[in-house]
Amino acid sequence: MHSLLTRIIAFATLLGLSTQSFAQGSGLDETISRIFEPIANPIVNVIFYSVPIAGVQFPLIVGWLVICGLVATLFFKFIQFRGFKHAIDLVRGRYSKPGDAGEVSHFQALTTALSGTVGLGNIAGVAVAVSIGGAGATFWMILAGLLGMASKFTECILGQKYRNELPDGKVSGGPMYYLERGLREERNLGGLGKFFAIVFAICCIGGALGGGNMFQANQAYSQIVNVTGGAESFWVGKGWLFGLLMAVVVGSVIIGGIKSIGRVTEKLIPTMAGIYFIAGMVIIGANIDMVGWAFGEIFRGAFTGEGVVGGVLGALIQGFRRAAFSNEAGIGSAAIAHSAARTSEPVSEGFVALLEPFIDTVVICTMTALVIIISGALLTDLTGVELTSAAYATVLPWFPIVLAVAVVLFALSTMFAWSYYGLKSWTYLVGEGKSKENAYNFVFCLFIIIGASMSLGPVIDFSDSMLFAMAIPNIIGIYLLLPVVKREVNKYWAKIESGEIERVK
Amino acid sequence: MVKTFIVGFDGTDACQRAMDFAVACAKHQSATLHLVHVLEWSPYKFMSHDEMRERHERKKQEVASAEKFIEPVVEKMRSAGIEITSEVRYGNPTEIICEIAKKKPDSQIFVGRKGASKLTKLLVGSVGMSLIQSSPVPVTIVP
Repeated sequence: MHSLLTRIIAFATLLGLSTQSFAQGSGLDETISRIFEPIANPIVNVIFYSVPIAGVQFPLIVGWLVICGLVATLFFKFIQFRGFKHAIDLVRGRYSKPGDAGEVSHFQALTTALSGTVGLGNIAGVAVAVSIGGAGATFWMILAGLLGMASKFTECILGQKYRNELPDGKVSGGPMYYLERGLREERNLGGLGKFFAIVFAICCIGGALGGGNMFQANQAYSQIVNVTGGAESFWVGKGWLFGLLMAVVVGSVIIGGIKSIGRVTEKLIPTMAGIYFIAGMVIIGANIDMVGWAFGEIFRGAFTGEGVVGGVLGALIQGFRRAAFSNEAGIGSAAIAHSAARTSEPVSEGFVALLEPFIDTVVICTMTALVIIISGALLTDLTGVELTSAAYATVLPWFPIVLAVAVVLFALSTMFAWSYYGLKSWTYLVGEGKSKENAYNFVFCLFIIIGASMSLGPVIDFSDSMLFAMAIPNIIGIYLLLPVVKREVNKYWAKIESGEIERVK
Repeated sequence: MVKTFIVGFDGTDACQRAMDFAVACAKHQSATLHLVHVLEWSPYKFMSHDEMRERHERKKQEVASAEKFIEPVVEKMRSAGIEITSEVRYGNPTEIICEIAKKKPDSQIFVGRKGASKLTKLLVGSVGMSLIQSSPVPVTIVP
């Protein structure tokens, strides 16, 4: 215990020192922003390479993700609708054999993967989408969510099929493994597969540091400033301090190995998600007469793009972008999460995974958007989590404080999940080993401080660009391996129909 | 028809008492004993990524150590001339014991009761209480 404490203190001091060295100029926060932005901007420009369509700059990468969802949807003949009931039955344990008790259940695999995706994307991301893209962005977000169900189905089956079992019985899986092994075994493209796997792993580390970390720290900080008095708050200009505190919490779990903090946070997440959902429903219920109007706004905005920069296309880009950021379909992160669950049928994991974009985007994001539209908070110039907070406060004045707690917890749980995804990618590149893992974990904690210190715009651009970069190798891999998935799905379906996979309840 | 006495066993004193009592009864009625060791498990408990990753290996270890723990007890009984079987299961103790009892028509259940303080009565005593309410066969609670 003593050595553990010394380690944590040493770690905290190190973090403190490393930020101290930036401490010149007008403010620590500004200095950190100034150093980071020149590094981030070129990456953002490459990933978000845009072509003008009807006078609007359309980032190709957004189309890339949506087309993947569309292709998967058509290739599997609308599996997200046909397989929806089967997915629910799996999660309810209707196909779980008694001998499976003690192994990770489908429910557990789903909730663990959701803990990484449900979070700030649903609260702050949606607010960004509707504040820039108007109410209509919601429509495109829902559509992207529905398409994303098919992408997730595909990538999680691949993640399961090509996962790697280590000698100590632990499993590692994810796009880096299916890109390498899948392309070698099925397509005889070993070299290309290895190349894609490495590119994916590098991007995943970036995504873990960006969307899985900086964006989370940034929005959690913003909400804390917001509820502690806004411009007069003690926290104004002290993003680095808030980041340092969060870094110590995260560091004590991922470096110090204090599992209890992680466990407490993860146990609180379902409660927080429940409170958020119920509060949203209460607000919608209190304004039930406006729901019809709000949906009208969503549809009208989606096809007229009124008052939105870039019109329909502007709304569409925002909707698609934030949906992808929120549910991570096609990004490949969920494949890492799901491959850790052990199941005799890889395909069943895919069915479970297709529920994630549904819960995350179609249900929770839509609810947030409705609350924002109904509240009229959209007419203010707020954005991000502050907008959602203001919208909830119109009916429940005390809610911003609950939201602040929720935001910090969501941020932490997403950080834990992404620190895991990034770590898996890191160990794929450099091999397993305690000191190698801690080097990564240290950098991860450092980025929390950077994220909390910067303004939202650059953080969101950098986060998005790294997340989307993961989709480039991942989706090429998905396309090349689609026939494999089809084969597996057909075999699985035949087993269900013949009764070989039995419904037990 | 051979009677089976199902004994819930987790190594505590209370369980040992239930076991002793069941053995005494079994001798009189020439019944066989069936030892059940339940590892608490719920498929709805939240799990972190790392736990998920280690789960299969952990399960193997848990089952192995549970078997190692009940094996000597079974051996001791056997050498004393008692017919005895055992199993290790994952799940909710009450549900598992009831499920086993359902499959053995002429069985009886023996479980111990700690009930030292009011709080432990509330928590630990609940297996006995819920068995009384849901068991398909007679239940004996041994104090």
